[in-house]
Amino acid sequence: MNDVTGMPQTVVVLGGSSDLAHAVLRRLALRRLETLVLAGRDRSSLSAAAEQFRRLGVHVAEAVHFDALETGRHESFAEDVASRFGALDLVLVATGVLGTGDLAVLDAAQVAGSIETNFSGPAAALIAFAKIMRRQGHGQIVVLSSFAGVRIRRQNFVYGSAKAGLDGFSQGLADVLAGSGVRVMIVRPGFVATKMTAGAAPLPFAVSADDVAAAVVRGLERRADVVWVPGILRLVGAAARCVPRWLWRRLPG
Amino acid sequence: MSPLGADETRELVTGWGRASSSAAHVVPVRSGDELDRLVAGARSSAMPILARGLGRSYGDAAQCAGGIVLDVTSLDRVVDADFDSGVLTVEAGLSIDALLRRVAPLGWFVPVTPGTAQVTVGGAIAADVHGKNHHRDGAFGRYVDSLTLVGAQGRVELSPTRQPDLFWATVGGMGLTGVIARATLRLRPIETSFMLVDTDRSVDLEDCMAQLAAHDDRYRYSVAWVDCVAQGRHLGRSVLSRGDHASLVDLPTALLSRELSYAPRTRLDVPFTPPASLVRHATIAAWNELWYRKAPAHRSGELQSMSSFFYPLDAVARWNRLYGPRGFTQYQFVVPFGEEATIRRVIELLQARHLAPSLAVLKRFGEGDAAPLSFPMQGWTLALDLPLGGSGVAAALDALDELVVSAHGRVYLAKDGRLEGDRLRAMYPRLGEWLEVRRRMDPDEMFVSDLWRRMGANAL
Repeated sequence: MNDVTGMPQTVVVLGGSSDLAHAVLRRLALRRLETLVLAGRDRSSLSAAAEQFRRLGVHVAEAVHFDALETGRHESFAEDVASRFGALDLVLVATGVLGTGDLAVLDAAQVAGSIETNFSGPAAALIAFAKIMRRQGHGQIVVLSSFAGVRIRRQNFVYGSAKAGLDGFSQGLADVLAGSGVRVMIVRPGFVATKMTAGAAPLPFAVSADDVAAAVVRGLERRADVVWVPGILRLVGAAARCVPRWLWRRLPG
Repeated sequence: MSPLGADETRELVTGWGRASSSAAHVVPVRSGDELDRLVAGARSSAMPILARGLGRSYGDAAQCAGGIVLDVTSLDRVVDADFDSGVLTVEAGLSIDALLRRVAPLGWFVPVTPGTAQVTVGGAIAADVHGKNHHRDGAFGRYVDSLTLVGAQGRVELSPTRQPDLFWATVGGMGLTGVIARATLRLRPIETSFMLVDTDRSVDLEDCMAQLAAHDDRYRYSVAWVDCVAQGRHLGRSVLSRGDHASLVDLPTALLSRELSYAPRTRLDVPFTPPASLVRHATIAAWNELWYRKAPAHRSGELQSMSSFFYPLDAVARWNRLYGPRGFTQYQFVVPFGEEATIRRVIELLQARHLAPSLAVLKRFGEGDAAPLSFPMQGWTLALDLPLGGSGVAAALDALDELVVSAHGRVYLAKDGRLEGDRLRAMYPRLGEWLEVRRRMDPDEMFVSDLWRRMGANAL
């Protein structure tokens, strides 16, 4: 169950290798986290991570195979997780591949794969989990979206547009789940130095993974719908949307 | 019986703190027969089920995510009444408010009442509620001669002499042994519906506790409102309110014609939830200052109506909405006599973390009763209302748990929304005993609440 301060006991992470997810989990482990399912592709690194969380006091921490691209398997995967691990208090969507915006490098397969990894794959999995949680009558979904989806930049437009899609999907899902006991929280971090952004130059308003984690936990306590990290990005985003296109495409960075 | 299983028939159910909610099929129960049928139906379809009264528990004790919540508030008949001896048999959905409106004019009062009359008799038993008179009169369960329980094995009558282990597992059992359908209560006779009240102020926490300890034996009812925001040498300054039922001789002639009238009205309502909590640090500090200054330093023998002495908050309907969309929680704990320092440490901890309780009430408890899961034990109890929504409340309450456990105390489940199962074990040494009886009464765990699931249920 999620308690009155929003703290979960059982968490499933889709994209279990994510640095942001791990930062969030380290904080949740200080509260009520007892059962953790790390779902992803790299079995050995997930198992190592699971062991680390067991050492932090999480009683049950397991690595399970999950590939966002295997959309045909998502329904059975979700049911399997639910039957093995009991009530799912919190599902965290943390899949993400930054990719490139360089037209010289992009091709159709890459674009399709990137959009599926960042948007359609996790969205499909989310539907399966949302239905299970609705049946449960309670639950919290946390979606790691991105500031990159708020106003698309050409430097990472494939990633940004996919995140915009996931973000919109999550908003709709939150509306559909209203009154069901299942809540959806959308997290929009700015630039964070993680495995995913390795090699990329940091942008203004950069934050650490732990900053994001702290904001997520605060968001859970406040039962927020949207969390911007840092908070000022809410205003920056509003301003960014007002910039005319001819100027936006000329902006550096 | 309506077709269950369709998600569309579910409702969001929440506690009085309006902080965590879950969806369940809420089914109103209109008769004892319907109750039996619904429980039997849940058993055969393996649906989790739980009774819910007026929803005044602060956390998730009266919620059952994905299951069936039985709204028993329509089961409110007075089945049998002997107004010479004050023994009444009532259906458990009857509220203390409705009960008092019937029996007070006839010269009877409930022997124990919590701070609101908007609780059902069944809820009062399931939480083994206490009032301002615990130091003298104990908790609600003491005045239940017998009760009828609809459990996993059907309808059964329990009392302290008839299957006492099942009876005492149900008292304070948070609804987890079955649905209390009826109860036979022993009421207290009163001469008037007025109270004679002494009000005193204390300069700090130690002064407050010294006054309570010194004079509690003189008063049936005794409680202190504590300022948890004032710091330094004013820490814990309080307003003590102590009294007893007024006799006829205490009333002025003007009141003699209506000496037993009891018809309280709710004067205010909070018709919608404000978008942000109206209860925040600044307003709490201001309110506390006002409340403390307004109270007389010493006033004795004041006449107050029963409703304003016992139920001041009931005058504002839906006051919990003032906390806005984030809601609030209450942390109530008890520590044994000898552990007075813990009370101060708790207040200091919250101040250090800039968390201001919006309400803090201190009382002394007498000996506990035979119920293994009952909250009151001899010692000091402090109840703290805490707005939610700011960060740090979760961590602070975990830290308070440590203080309480170290002092051999415990937390009240009727107020709780975040205690861990491990802590429950530490706080309630007779938990194992209670679990054993419950497993006998409900082997398949059909009676489940969100609170119970949160504690780890079977893993305990």
